[in-house]
Amino acid sequence: MKPNPLESLDHVVRDALGQLAAIDDLADLNGAEASLIGRRSAFTSLQKSLGALAPEDRARAGAALQEARRRVEDAFEERRRVLDSGAWERRMREDRLDLGDVIAERVVWSPRAGHPGLVAITQRELEDVFVAMGFSVAEGPEVESDWYNFEALNIPPAHPARGMWDTFYVEMGEPETVVLRTHTSPTQIHLMEEALASGTLPIHSVMPGRCYRRDTPDARHLAAFHQVEGLVVDRGIAFADLAGVIETFTRAYFGDDIEARLRPAYFPFTEPSAEFEITCTICRGAGCRTCSQTGWIELGGCGMLDPAVFEAVGLDPEVWSGFAFGFGIDRCAQMRHQIADMRALTENDVRFLEQFS
Amino acid sequence: MKVSLNWLREFVDLPESLEELRDTLDDLGLVVEGITHVGEGLEDVVVARVNEIRAIPGADRIRLVVVEAGGGPLEIVCGASNFEVGDRVPLAPVGAVLPGGFAIERRSLRGVVSNGMLCSARELGLSDDHVGLMILNDVPAPTGVTLLEALQVTPDVVFDISVEGNRPDAWSIQGVARDLAARYGRALRVPLLGSPSGDRATAEVAGAGIDSPELCQRLTVSLLRGVRVGPSPTWVAQRLSAAGMRPISNVVDASNLVMLELGQPTHPYDADHVAGRTLRVRAARAGESLVTLDGVARELARAGRGLGDTGVDCVIVDGRDRVLGLAGIMGGAASEISDATSEVLLEAAAFDPMTIARSAKRHGLRSEASHRFERGVDPELALVAVARFVAVLSQSCPDLQWLPAPLDERGVMPSRPTIHLREDDVERALGTRIESSEVRRILEALNFSVLDATGTLEVTAPSARGDVREAAAGRADVIEEVARIHSYRALQRRTPTWAEPGVLSDRQRLRRRLRDTVVDLGALEVWTPTLGSDEDFDLLHPGAKRVRITNPLSAEESVMRASLIVGLLRAWSRNLERQSGDVVLAEFGTVFAHPDLAGVSRRTRGGAGGALEVDLPAENERLTVLLGRVDDDARHAVALWGVIVDRLGLADVVVRSRDALAPGLHVTRGAELVDRSSGAVLGVLGEVDPRLVESVAPKFASRRVGVLDLDLDALGDPQRATRRSSLAHVPSRYPSARMDLAFVVPGDVNAADLAHALASSDELVESVRVFDVYRNEILGAARSVAYAVSLSAPDRTLGEAEIAVVRDGLIQTATSWRASLRA
Ligand SMILES: [Zn+2]
Repeated sequence: MKPNPLESLDHVVRDALGQLAAIDDLADLNGAEASLIGRRSAFTSLQKSLGALAPEDRARAGAALQEARRRVEDAFEERRRVLDSGAWERRMREDRLDLGDVIAERVVWSPRAGHPGLVAITQRELEDVFVAMGFSVAEGPEVESDWYNFEALNIPPAHPARGMWDTFYVEMGEPETVVLRTHTSPTQIHLMEEALASGTLPIHSVMPGRCYRRDTPDARHLAAFHQVEGLVVDRGIAFADLAGVIETFTRAYFGDDIEARLRPAYFPFTEPSAEFEITCTICRGAGCRTCSQTGWIELGGCGMLDPAVFEAVGLDPEVWSGFAFGFGIDRCAQMRHQIADMRALTENDVRFLEQFS
Repeated sequence: MKVSLNWLREFVDLPESLEELRDTLDDLGLVVEGITHVGEGLEDVVVARVNEIRAIPGADRIRLVVVEAGGGPLEIVCGASNFEVGDRVPLAPVGAVLPGGFAIERRSLRGVVSNGMLCSARELGLSDDHVGLMILNDVPAPTGVTLLEALQVTPDVVFDISVEGNRPDAWSIQGVARDLAARYGRALRVPLLGSPSGDRATAEVAGAGIDSPELCQRLTVSLLRGVRVGPSPTWVAQRLSAAGMRPISNVVDASNLVMLELGQPTHPYDADHVAGRTLRVRAARAGESLVTLDGVARELARAGRGLGDTGVDCVIVDGRDRVLGLAGIMGGAASEISDATSEVLLEAAAFDPMTIARSAKRHGLRSEASHRFERGVDPELALVAVARFVAVLSQSCPDLQWLPAPLDERGVMPSRPTIHLREDDVERALGTRIESSEVRRILEALNFSVLDATGTLEVTAPSARGDVREAAAGRADVIEEVARIHSYRALQRRTPTWAEPGVLSDRQRLRRRLRDTVVDLGALEVWTPTLGSDEDFDLLHPGAKRVRITNPLSAEESVMRASLIVGLLRAWSRNLERQSGDVVLAEFGTVFAHPDLAGVSRRTRGGAGGALEVDLPAENERLTVLLGRVDDDARHAVALWGVIVDRLGLADVVVRSRDALAPGLHVTRGAELVDRSSGAVLGVLGEVDPRLVESVAPKFASRRVGVLDLDLDALGDPQRATRRSSLAHVPSRYPSARMDLAFVVPGDVNAADLAHALASSDELVESVRVFDVYRNEILGAARSVAYAVSLSAPDRTLGEAEIAVVRDGLIQTATSWRASLRA
């Protein structure tokens, strides 16, 4: 009977495990891979010697060899994991820096002008115009319940008007009850509720903020965008006041040669409602491609607060009246800087960002 | 909605100028989004016969064609090859101007003169076909006549008008014409209507019924005999084409024409294929299904996903209670009109708009009919529409009979609110005085009925105006109509004033100051996405509960961000790839936390009627600054923070190092920013975890990236972010004494904490500042910290002895912090 080549198998495994335990460096471990479990290992030569066995013994011996090899491979991987995290911990330990010890005056800081975002610049200019006109600035959350985003604004569930907004719904609570706000208008409702609760009416506020719509971004639209909303609730407010405010704002922001005009439109939360257009800032009213030769471009929507909104927040429409308006901040930036593709605003290319200050 | 000008003119006399009309429509709120000129340029194009085709020497793409168009043979150079001698084709002679303004001139090509152009259908604006010349062999017109005559095209202008959601009445030619008539003060003409005939009452041969009165306001069923299905007269086909609809057959076309013209959808059935010649309306039952005309099998009465959608489908059934169609949306195939149809059962109805809207949305089925029913069809219009249908169809079916007494069932009819318009209501709302007589004229022109009751107008809305509400809301609706017809542009403007000054919010002032500071120090402000992928989220919060979007556009934008760091890293890495990324990037933005994880819940009203309590994700505004210049690291974040503390006027914030402080932060190079008096954490700073840099920006994994991540909610809260006292401190007029003290400070004692303790130890201590930190192997975990201490008294110059006492006190204080004076 020929000597069984696998007699030494137990010994091979013991030897390999012993060697592994002695390695305490990742580089050494990687260096030992070939001789322990790779090409140059005892397992490879034993595999070759299987051919000498009688066929009936070969299968059993092969299985035993595989089993032994797997034990060593597992031990190898376990060792690698231990050394890996050890190396990581050592690296982190060596890297440790007590930030309480940093002396700011010693830090080298090369002077270079930074740049605010174009949206922020535009928003600030708009806010400043409105503050000068006597408006306060308020803000609201980006995630709203459907009550604030829709129903309190006179858009009940399944009302076809809900289709006017492509809404992102948030997976929370009952279906379609939590939304990414589709406009800044829900902030109006919060403001009116707060003013009513705290007895601080009247309200003269603008509300800038980020909104969302479920719409694939293109040159004219982004899925996230910025709006500024205006709200006036006071005694004796009429459509003439709304038209006057829009006109004053337009001249103050766009310039004296830019006019505003209103045309009928529909928004569930205002009645009468209007779309407001301004003289095309590109051609100054002469007619060009941007304004489809009309000399006018659409800027936003506005109108007298709908009695249904007063009812939703509990304001008496016989005492109070008011108006609201809203338009896109990004769109103002686009018009002022003639940005052909709005997506430039979210691409964050340094070469784009560096132009505005 | 496409509106033909010729069609409008049948209803009302209009000005010639297109510009004026467009402007007027816009001003009425019927915004013109486009204008198409039908037949423009075709008056110059004539039918020509090809007499001869010759090759041009040296040219293989063009040939010389000799045509006859009534004025003798003409030689034309032509590049098309889809015609033969004897064919008839359109010729634009020299001097013609084609649609789009292309003027034809005499040209010379390869030494041959071309006296005009032979045209394709596309060149004539007639279709998109541009494969070759338009072949006119089938057109029964002699050579030489204009294409306008040959094709029987009437020049027209088509406005593409966008109709607002509160104008159910404007979804028709007649509706648009009514607005124009009211604006111009002209009469609105009524179209030709048919009348019933025949010897049997409808009830004898047909049936109708409403089983669900809340779903159907009105159902009329008419029986038409003597129908011969065939093509429509040319004028009908032209009207439909102008509106963008394809002519199909005289019966279907008549139905479509009436819908476009009056706004009433009707549905013709082949009477022989409707069991019992009976139409009933009811709610579909669970388990019922229908194959609609588009070939799709639809399960009915299944609750939808939409809020409050219980799955009500309104259906039309036959005499055996089998479902024929989805009411107001789409019919089924079984009872469709065919060439063999000789008797038509015509349904003209009005349905509950909300039911139709929900059904159409649930089944993803929108038709011209559902579009109108969703907005609300005038329930009084049904039989007028049938009469018009009969008048139109009679032209191609001379023997047509509309059996007398059509069936007319009523369900729950919408109420017609009466609004009391007080004397000064219009002026109070608009700020412009409009004479009562003018108010009355406008409303009556819009079919409102107006009763004058001393000082108050009692205004009742027409049945077509389902949008007009009761009471105060209705008053606003009516006033909008008055203002609209009167013209918004004619209303007065005034700039209101009030006593309250305009102010920025505290948050805005804080944000502006922060922005100015980081920008002045070199930051570029970016805007990264709020929505990211699960993988992005897991980079910082593996497996954690997240705020998810139900209907994302893609998996990459399905989770709300919990940190700005990943977005900033990505923006940084993209710029580095363009060799322009050695920059500081900053972003102000909101991060979101699932209510189950957030400490505070944001509970509010939600659901139908706001009757539910809804938990919202917690929102937190952050300013995150990524220091990505070549040599930037955690130290730069500390330096930046130092300037911010000063600019915000914060009293005392400690930079407190902590291991494994926050996800995304380097585990041994991170610190919390802790307000000393409130203990609140205002933010974190340090370096970005190198493993995160490697995952997001593998190409730049070797770089250190500094980060400062501030919580604006904390910074904006004076309870948490303690401000310096507003009381001025006037420095002493006497010289300060300065001493330097170096201590060996244990590793776990914060250098600023010790400085604070030293500063508080004696009232003569003016300031304590770290000016050097020194480590070596002998010191081990401890280090030497050198403090510059300044002493002063308000009323004297300090003497040596006094200073020595203070010094002893300082050393004693240090000792209590386990710090020993360095020899
Ligand atoms: Zn223009």
